[in-house]
Amino acid sequence: MKASWEVVIGLEIHTQLATRSKIFSAASTTYGAEPNTQACLVDLGYPGTLPVLNEEAVRMACKFGLAVNATVASRSVFARKNYFYPDLPKGYQISQFELPIVVGGELFITDADGNDRRIGITRAHLEEDAGKSIHEGLDHSSGIDLNRAGTPLLEIVSEPDLRSAKEAVAYLRKIRTIVRYLGISDGNMQEGSFRCDANVSVRPCGQTELGTRTELKNLNSFRFIEKAIDFEIERQIELIEDGGTVVQETRLYDSDRGETRSMRTKEEANDYRYFPDPDLLPVEIEDDYVEAVRATLPELPDAKQQRFITEYKVKPDDAGALTASLALADYFEATTAASDAAAQVVANWVMGGLSGALNRDSLDIAASRVTATALAGLLDRIHDKTISGKIAKEVFEAMWAAGGSADAIIEAKGLRQITDHSAIEAVVDSVIAASPDQVAEYKSGKEKLMGYFVGQVMQATGGKANPGQVNSILKKKLS
Amino acid sequence: MSQSSQELHLQTLTQLAAGLDSGEFSSVELTQELLARIENLNATLNAFVTVTADQALAAARRADENRAAGNGGALNGLPLVHKDIFCTQGVLTTCGSRMLENFVSPYDAAIVERLASAGAIMLGKTNMDEFAMGSSNETSYFGPVRNPWDLERSPGGSSGGSAAAVAGRLVPAATGTDTGGSIRQPAALTGTVGIKPTYGRVSRYGMIAFASSLDQAGVITRSAEDAALLLGSMAGFDERDSTSIDRPVPDYVAGLSGSLKGLRVGIVRQHFDAGLDVQCGAVVRGSLAELESLGATLTEVDLPNLDLSVPTYCVVAPAECSSNLSRFDGVRFGRRAENPVDLLDLYCRSRGEGFGAEVKRRIMTGTYVLSAGYYDAYYLKAQQVRALISDDFKKAFARVDVIAGPTAPTPAFRLGDKTDDPITMYLNDIYTTGANLAGLPAISVPCGFVEELPIGLHLVGPHFGEEMILRCAHQYQQNTDWHNAAPEAYR
Repeated sequence: MKASWEVVIGLEIHTQLATRSKIFSAASTTYGAEPNTQACLVDLGYPGTLPVLNEEAVRMACKFGLAVNATVASRSVFARKNYFYPDLPKGYQISQFELPIVVGGELFITDADGNDRRIGITRAHLEEDAGKSIHEGLDHSSGIDLNRAGTPLLEIVSEPDLRSAKEAVAYLRKIRTIVRYLGISDGNMQEGSFRCDANVSVRPCGQTELGTRTELKNLNSFRFIEKAIDFEIERQIELIEDGGTVVQETRLYDSDRGETRSMRTKEEANDYRYFPDPDLLPVEIEDDYVEAVRATLPELPDAKQQRFITEYKVKPDDAGALTASLALADYFEATTAASDAAAQVVANWVMGGLSGALNRDSLDIAASRVTATALAGLLDRIHDKTISGKIAKEVFEAMWAAGGSADAIIEAKGLRQITDHSAIEAVVDSVIAASPDQVAEYKSGKEKLMGYFVGQVMQATGGKANPGQVNSILKKKLS
Repeated sequence: MSQSSQELHLQTLTQLAAGLDSGEFSSVELTQELLARIENLNATLNAFVTVTADQALAAARRADENRAAGNGGALNGLPLVHKDIFCTQGVLTTCGSRMLENFVSPYDAAIVERLASAGAIMLGKTNMDEFAMGSSNETSYFGPVRNPWDLERSPGGSSGGSAAAVAGRLVPAATGTDTGGSIRQPAALTGTVGIKPTYGRVSRYGMIAFASSLDQAGVITRSAEDAALLLGSMAGFDERDSTSIDRPVPDYVAGLSGSLKGLRVGIVRQHFDAGLDVQCGAVVRGSLAELESLGATLTEVDLPNLDLSVPTYCVVAPAECSSNLSRFDGVRFGRRAENPVDLLDLYCRSRGEGFGAEVKRRIMTGTYVLSAGYYDAYYLKAQQVRALISDDFKKAFARVDVIAGPTAPTPAFRLGDKTDDPITMYLNDIYTTGANLAGLPAISVPCGFVEELPIGLHLVGPHFGEEMILRCAHQYQQNTDWHNAAPEAYR
């Protein structure tokens, strides 16, 4: 049934730019301050105050445009979007309307079949954020916190090129990775510095005309975005198949109930009466400026992933995962550079033990308890066979818990691997001698018992015996 | 007559500066005398919303101390008043509106700051049309201002309080703002000098916005020389106003000297058509002849789209004001309705109670012309016509140095005469709005009387032509005496 429907999704992402001051005033943008302590007279919309554009926000928007292969407009214009709301101090939001600063970009995601899919970016424009209304803890009244008012936002609008909730999430993750690589946003969804609205519609497969769309709001995690879109797709298909029609409207996602709810229909929507803001001059950007910004662009995720594959011979999926975060990619490269271990071994450790420990303690890679140099020291000991991979895990946990180098922990705990052939042979002999029943069973064909013998040897050596040697000696003795 | 023997209230800023310099009187004495005069005369004129006597005397004492210590800026100890559209820290800033009846600004406007740091003493804040919307000062919540030349008549607007205060010799100078003629028309109707500088010459920071792309601060004085003196301290780049222009400020006073020989004065034929009062026209023609006798040459120029300037203004200004005044919502400052039942009620009643009829009319007009479906036909079209008007001026200024004509079509009209007919009221700005639409500097200079009511000569210059129009006005005043005539009860 569902196969006969095609899903069409377009996303509008509001990403908060990491400028120190606001887009049109000198007030600080630091998150989490006491209400209304980071709002100056300009942010409060006081009579007579005027906006002055923060050049840093323009530079960041340019960076983004170049990173997604878009055109940075030589002339863009700030416009006023007029509507009344208590958290909107001037009664209008300064945004860009007809002439945005970034036009026509693209990026690539991997679709369900593992192929690259091009997703078009219609535009990205600069605008100021509004404040926040506060209702909790207030009787019969609402509070307003204008700290966020005037925070610079880059609104990134995609083409309706996304075909599933999963693709939408992949696109969002890609955008977030890019803005983080560029250092223009922290991409923090919980603090609201990376927000998304989704336009969702369905149409019968083969139809070129778009179906009626709904706009989903209040999507503040990747998980909710996927759930909300999937719910909305189901809802629309069911509605149409039951003979109904989709109404163009804004719907809120309720994460408690896992459903979307109608918020307002477009018929009631505001006429925003956009017009060019006479308080601000058009933003004129010269080629030299664009080229200077281009020169500051870092290596971007796609290029880095490709380089990891060719330069380090890392598996493509691992290269993708390692480059999803610049800090992770840097950590991997630093470890690889400092270690004799193969890059793929480093990748396995970074994506495995290290990422596991970070997740467990909810730590960011930047706050890792084991540094790249320390991890390299550990991997070198595996590489030179001082310890086995299994012991290495124990050493890693010790390093994670209390710090210190791998060498120091190996020494202190006496974990150095036993590779002395005769020493291992002696242990093997004693294990065989102590297990006549098992030996008989093994010899009668129950080869699974090899695990038992290995386990006994390892136990007897405190896990330090070289597993390869243990295996080969056991096989010889039991044959 | 020796200038120094004149009573203080009759002296110009330039004369007062000389008196202060020579120690003839102190700034405190001067301030006291003018405060007393304001106390006596303001009740009839209603030119002031607020008189800042204590603050002024304290500032005057500091100015005297500075002078004694050999310090002090270019305007040290000189008194002036500010139109109540300029934010003044710790002082009521009403913009002539009930909306801001109790609004005390937490900061100073750029020009308030600049004039104060040059040593000027603020004596108070002047009455004005509500949010500068009006040409007669009758839209003020604080009542109409009366014209010292005839108390039954309007002093013009919107800077009517400033003009009346200067014309009535209550103060030697006042600041004003001009969006469509709001400095020049009241100057003309009260026999004072009013200059609107080039758009971007003076910072708009702290000036409560009416129509941002047209608003410009200027001054009303009794002589072009005083206007030059003040403008020198007010003008200049301000990084807080993105539309302010970074360009050196010339010494306007030094630029006053020099003859008008060879000055090419353009006369616009349409300025003298049926819309202009016949006697007014005769007076203005007389002043043009005077310019000619001073060495200027008169040339006819064409401004083919001039008749579109008021209609264009009547779209652009309300559009911008409808947006600019949205911040007055009862939430953070200004009037807030009592016991609102919900948010919409708070908005509707706060704004309904806070704004007067003319402001509401313009907000509605502006909202309409920006609405979906009407934007192209009105706002966009008006911007296109605005470009044509600018172009007309540009072409004219290729042939002439200054364009001269009447400032207003009639002398001061009776209070109440035009309040029922907004269109006739708007047409009072027919000769002045062009300069706002094109961002040009313009000045009105007293040039004669019709039935004992003053008439203004309007001089428009090219962008940043302040020096030239001030020189033209000054040279004219050096050879005429119109500006020294004071209304009988105010001499």
